[in-house]
Amino acid sequence: MLGYALRRLLLALPLLLGITFVSFVVIHLAPGEPAEVQTGDLSIQSDAQARQLLRETYDLDKPLHVQYARWLARLVRLDFGKSFSPDARPVLQKIGERLPVTLFLNIIEMLVIVGLAVPIGVLSATRQYSLFDKVTTVFVFVGFATPDFWLALLLMILFGVQLGWLPISGLRSLNWEYLSFWRQQWDFLGHLVLPILVATFGGLAGFSRYMRQSMLEVVRQDYIQSARAKGLAEPIVIGKHALRNALLPVVTILGLSLPGLIGGSIIVESIFAIPGMGQLMVQAVFERDYPVIMGNLVIVSTLTLVANLVADVTYSFVDPRIRVGARRGRR
Amino acid sequence: MGGVVVVCLVLLALLAPVIAPWNPNRPDIQKILDGPSNAHPLGTDQLGRDVLSRMLYGARVSLAVGFVSVGIASLIGVVLGSLAGYNGGLVDGAIMRLVDLMLVFPRFFLLLAVLAFLRPSIWTIMAVIGLTGWMGVARLVRAEFLALKEREFVIWSQAVGASGFRIVWRHILPNAMAPVLVAMTLGIPAAILTESGLSFLGLGVQPPHATWGNILNEGKDAIEIGWWLSVYPGLAILLTVLSYNLLGEGIRDALDPRLRQSAARFVSRAR
Repeated sequence: MLGYALRRLLLALPLLLGITFVSFVVIHLAPGEPAEVQTGDLSIQSDAQARQLLRETYDLDKPLHVQYARWLARLVRLDFGKSFSPDARPVLQKIGERLPVTLFLNIIEMLVIVGLAVPIGVLSATRQYSLFDKVTTVFVFVGFATPDFWLALLLMILFGVQLGWLPISGLRSLNWEYLSFWRQQWDFLGHLVLPILVATFGGLAGFSRYMRQSMLEVVRQDYIQSARAKGLAEPIVIGKHALRNALLPVVTILGLSLPGLIGGSIIVESIFAIPGMGQLMVQAVFERDYPVIMGNLVIVSTLTLVANLVADVTYSFVDPRIRVGARRGRR
Repeated sequence: MGGVVVVCLVLLALLAPVIAPWNPNRPDIQKILDGPSNAHPLGTDQLGRDVLSRMLYGARVSLAVGFVSVGIASLIGVVLGSLAGYNGGLVDGAIMRLVDLMLVFPRFFLLLAVLAFLRPSIWTIMAVIGLTGWMGVARLVRAEFLALKEREFVIWSQAVGASGFRIVWRHILPNAMAPVLVAMTLGIPAAILTESGLSFLGLGVQPPHATWGNILNEGKDAIEIGWWLSVYPGLAILLTVLSYNLLGEGIRDALDPRLRQSAARFVSRAR
């Protein structure tokens, strides 16, 4: 078990280095000559000035290998430089303020998705071709095809503008400080409803589909037949014998879908004006705040890598076959 | 059924200049944010431009981005997947590590980071979506190659001394194309969703060019008065993506029922 975890960790190290390398390449996409940049359509400050800052921050006047070495050395010290925006605060500090918000939302989304998709998938698999199964199948196809930002707009029009039931931006009302403690919690929850709903919609469709598929495969296995044959009640056969095995592949897919979920934060956070990493990223792109962009990219992908690692190790914990298989040389 | 809608959409996009009732970029200050009417079936936007016409022209952008970026992604995916699958060993290891690496990046963050350094235009969008979306195809092709290169007809060609390129191009690749075709069909709607998401954020195709995403972006600003700006372009995206997905599933079932499960595992949602 521990050996497997260590092996996975070792395999992850080159990936970590790869992340820094890809990010390093991205920096060099910037057009080289200050003179050729005239438009400046998106930036709040002059491009020439930004380019000067860029050159200083990333040592662009040095040879490539020196640049990369310095970039790595800074990353190891978690030094992402200072923001180009007028406040010029350290990038790490800016990200630190926003990371917890994004993590919090993504963890809740994950719990909601798993909490709903598992029962939906199991129900539609055990009642294949029933009305419930057909309805969820339609939901899955529509869910896959619905752009999340559009869903967000529709919900905002319906619940925010027309009905006026739910707040449509931020995480707190303007008068938050003057509310009592419980009112504050209630207010916070109200602000969470729409973003969570939007962020979980697409994922829910996918997961209930995988869950259904996985359950359908397991239910056909011999050991389910024997469980039934020895007279176990159907809920025990399904809930205990089948469900445990059907959940296994879903754990892997959960890990694989993490980048998507985190990437989705960009849209959700910028529509609902939630002060998280996604919103910071969009702002930084508009302001051409390169150090913040690069810091965001490195931190978000490193977090994804770590989360994948955790998912892998968890998977090997629940399914010992993986550990044994790994020793026989995977791929 | 999906196929019929897809064909209709392509026709609508191609014929946009003929059937669009108004010039998509002609403002009319007397008709700012007019609701749907006979003259403007889907209403007008903040500048008094006809939403229906803008959406017809937007369809061209969406479809062009979908086709071109998936073309780029498939080309890279097929080349790298073939190299990895046919050669095995060190080449395979290196390419598959690259795939793993690209999959660690949340795609939207990577897209935004790259776009921040480049000028956003329809060409950069196509290139960037293509360059960040080839990993699924590469894995698929590699898996097909691993299975096919053990088959008799390949071993026989090797025995009679055919060159590696010839074997790959004439014998293995044609047999490996079925899942790639399915992945491409399912990749187009994913690319369309990605493009409209970027345009919605204001980082995709730039105004005054109409795209479904940036009409929705304007809809967000007029959320309290102009619901039609938000509803119709989104509906168009939904319909397009849905019909491509149905078409993809249809092709998959028609080509090879065995693929039902294996292809689904590689084609995940964009972002």
